[in-house]
Amino acid sequence: MISLNINNKNYQVEVEEDVPLLWVIREYVRLTGTKFGCGIGECGSCTVHLDGEATPSCQITAKEAEGRKITTIEGLGDDHPVQLAWIEAEVPQCGYCQSGQIMQAAALLAANPHPGDDDIDHAMRGNSCRCGTYQRIRRAIHQAAEKSGQGGKS
Amino acid sequence: MNRISNCSRREFCKTGALLGGGLVLGFYLPEKLAGAAAEGPFIPNAFIRIKRDETVTIIINKSEMGQGVYTALPMLVAEELEADWQKIRIEAAPVDPAYNHTQWGIQGTGGSTSVRTSWEQLSRAGAAARIMLEKAAAAIWQEDAGSCRAEKGFVVHRDGSRRLSFGELAEKAAQLEVPQQVALKQPGDCKVLGTPQKRLDTPDKTNGKAIYGIDVMLPGLLTAVVARPPVFGGTVKGFDDSWARKVPGVKAVVQIDRGVAVVADHFPAAERGRRALKIGWDLGALARLDSNVQLQQYRQMAEKPGTVAAKRGDFAAALAGAARKIEADYHFPYLAHAPMEPLNCVADVRPDRCEIWVGTQLQTIDRDKAAAITGLPPEKVILHTTFLGCGFGRRAVADSHFVSEAVQIAKAMKAPVKVIWTREDDIRGGYYRPAACSVFAAGLGADGLPVALRQRIVCQSIVKGTPFEGGLLKNGIDETAVEGAADSPYEITDFLVEYHEAPAGVPVLWWRSVGHSHTAFAKECFIDELAHAARQDPYAYRRKLLANHPRQLGVLDLAARKAGWGQPGTAGAFHGIAVHESFGSHVAQVAEVSVTKKGSIKVHRVVCAVDCGRLVNPDTIEAQMESAIVFGLSAALHGQITFKGGRVQQSNFDNYRILGMDEMPQVEVYLVKSDEPPGGIGEPGVPPLAPAVANAFFAASGLRLRTLPMTPEAIKAAIRMV
Repeated sequence: MISLNINNKNYQVEVEEDVPLLWVIREYVRLTGTKFGCGIGECGSCTVHLDGEATPSCQITAKEAEGRKITTIEGLGDDHPVQLAWIEAEVPQCGYCQSGQIMQAAALLAANPHPGDDDIDHAMRGNSCRCGTYQRIRRAIHQAAEKSGQGGKS
Repeated sequence: MNRISNCSRREFCKTGALLGGGLVLGFYLPEKLAGAAAEGPFIPNAFIRIKRDETVTIIINKSEMGQGVYTALPMLVAEELEADWQKIRIEAAPVDPAYNHTQWGIQGTGGSTSVRTSWEQLSRAGAAARIMLEKAAAAIWQEDAGSCRAEKGFVVHRDGSRRLSFGELAEKAAQLEVPQQVALKQPGDCKVLGTPQKRLDTPDKTNGKAIYGIDVMLPGLLTAVVARPPVFGGTVKGFDDSWARKVPGVKAVVQIDRGVAVVADHFPAAERGRRALKIGWDLGALARLDSNVQLQQYRQMAEKPGTVAAKRGDFAAALAGAARKIEADYHFPYLAHAPMEPLNCVADVRPDRCEIWVGTQLQTIDRDKAAAITGLPPEKVILHTTFLGCGFGRRAVADSHFVSEAVQIAKAMKAPVKVIWTREDDIRGGYYRPAACSVFAAGLGADGLPVALRQRIVCQSIVKGTPFEGGLLKNGIDETAVEGAADSPYEITDFLVEYHEAPAGVPVLWWRSVGHSHTAFAKECFIDELAHAARQDPYAYRRKLLANHPRQLGVLDLAARKAGWGQPGTAGAFHGIAVHESFGSHVAQVAEVSVTKKGSIKVHRVVCAVDCGRLVNPDTIEAQMESAIVFGLSAALHGQITFKGGRVQQSNFDNYRILGMDEMPQVEVYLVKSDEPPGGIGEPGVPPLAPAVANAFFAASGLRLRTLPMTPEAIKAAIRMV
């Protein structure tokens, strides 16, 4: 039995300790916003926050996530500045990778409220988008940074 | 004014009727919707449902895989319906003949055809519904219908004193006859079309709520993975599943046509079970397949004349009289689509029905395959189309293999089953863009312009042996192998394109832009080589050969002007240009490229001009061009599937790389204003990208890269050739 705190809720999950957190989130807790893309930590589709830090959930075991504060896209809500900027910039196409992109961008902005293009390239380069929405992601991150600077919540 | 069929409310015409102009109108009402009609909502046809609560639901018969059909198609309806955009809802269509593709005769999405082939159908659906609402208001007010006009979700009377909402009118409108004639708006009268609209699917794609096939959850759902042969064409000789069955969570091991499935409570257990399987494979005929050997085979095939795909004048005579002769050959690897959402399918097979949840591009074919497997009549197979986490053609398979696997396993398990492909399963799972080879010979006249050109293309057939063979394989020529080459617009009087069908074996498929993905590279790089040989500017050279092709010239000129052609690029980068028509649209791109110290290509900027005829959602067109440029650049710089000992050498994103944020060039998209018929937008941005980059690399280095992808190793090899 593993105890997990996901989006401020506690879950007791009957699962083997070495099962990747990704699959616990998706198949046991049934929060499907976090996506499976590669299983080897290469694409970032499964990015969640562990104690506020963006982490590919396919690379963390359930046991390792125990006692940590896990936030998924569902825990971000609907009106986080990054989500609003994503809507404003019309970022998503197929949308599949965007939960991971948004979680990565939210963590970036939390650590660096006004990132430059190089900071964005560095922070986001582990998050693949097969639809190629990178230019809009970059624009949206700048927009979110600007809005937050004007007193929006972050 | 076009006539539409005589469809009464109660007796909807059968689908497939070919009417004036060859249009198939979607005015047949599926049985299940007809049943709902009695409960009140206004359902004038298969695509529109208006309820008393003012919601206007548009039923979408195309799959949303990122290209924006869940917004563009409702825009077509809303324009004529005069609906309030805020009230529009969308719903994925069930499988029904009413929702067939207007040209394919089955339900499906692909070939950049959605807007083009739905335009009339959906516009008419919207217009007919609007007329009925106007007539309903006229009847209630006891006025002449001509004095009532719909606008933004209401019908208003001319005198301005009365108005009724669509919701208020729905019940009355539902009792009226569907009009026999509808007139569509002139382009200048459109308020929605051509104006950027927010995508309707965006909010759910930013909060985790959008449901893709892989997200479908059902009570008692089991998860399966399939062990498939390590070599294409291989088969199971025998297997030992004793260890696999001992893995906690594993429920069963099931042999199916394509391999051995491990079924478990959850994905991780299924994966573990699969690793514990011991399978003896009969590897079959491709056990020694080697990409290097195949490349030589293709090159040798091209030594001989092939089947003629296009011919003008007398190539051999013109070449003999040419002032200069130039030859070059281009090589293209297999490419995986690598959709971001790995393939998957959920199936639930019961004695009396089968239900499927899947992100597919070919609903009818998949539904019929499930019917064949289960022995159920097709109408007892319910297929739910979810969002698709990318498609690019990978989810449009004639053999329905990813649906078939799930249905076979679910049938055996008598329980709902989700089959998930891992990324490795996907990269190694075939259905690739075929490898290809293009060999050119050309002669230049005294003015440097080509007087003779021959291109021989060697490529597997995508359509042979599939239901698409009838339409796309003609006189031994697979049109998808020669498109973009046989119809080259360059005016060369003595012109010959020949095709050699490469041996079948590796499963091949349409990959975003299909044949154009290699023919445009060959055509646009070789024309650049000819310009260089003639000591002429490659942009000016193309202009001379496209003098009678105004739309080609239009995008070429626009891209060149916006890019600052002839002036130095930013940061010391060099320019390359390419132009190509595909799927009814014209796209030109200028790439700005430099070479890094490590010997790799850095693309700084891509300027893209597109003429896709009449516009629906300009922002989506821009987005699709950005998308196509990234897709094209991933393939151009990194993409290759290679074989050694019959095995695919790549496995996941670490060795089948796709472009990352840090490689993203600045992209600028410019739209040509046009009243031409609408063209496609999903694919046409892909073909010009790779040749624009290769031509820019040539400008930067003096080296021609004729083999894709343009990796540092390929650049080193090109240097060695010099």
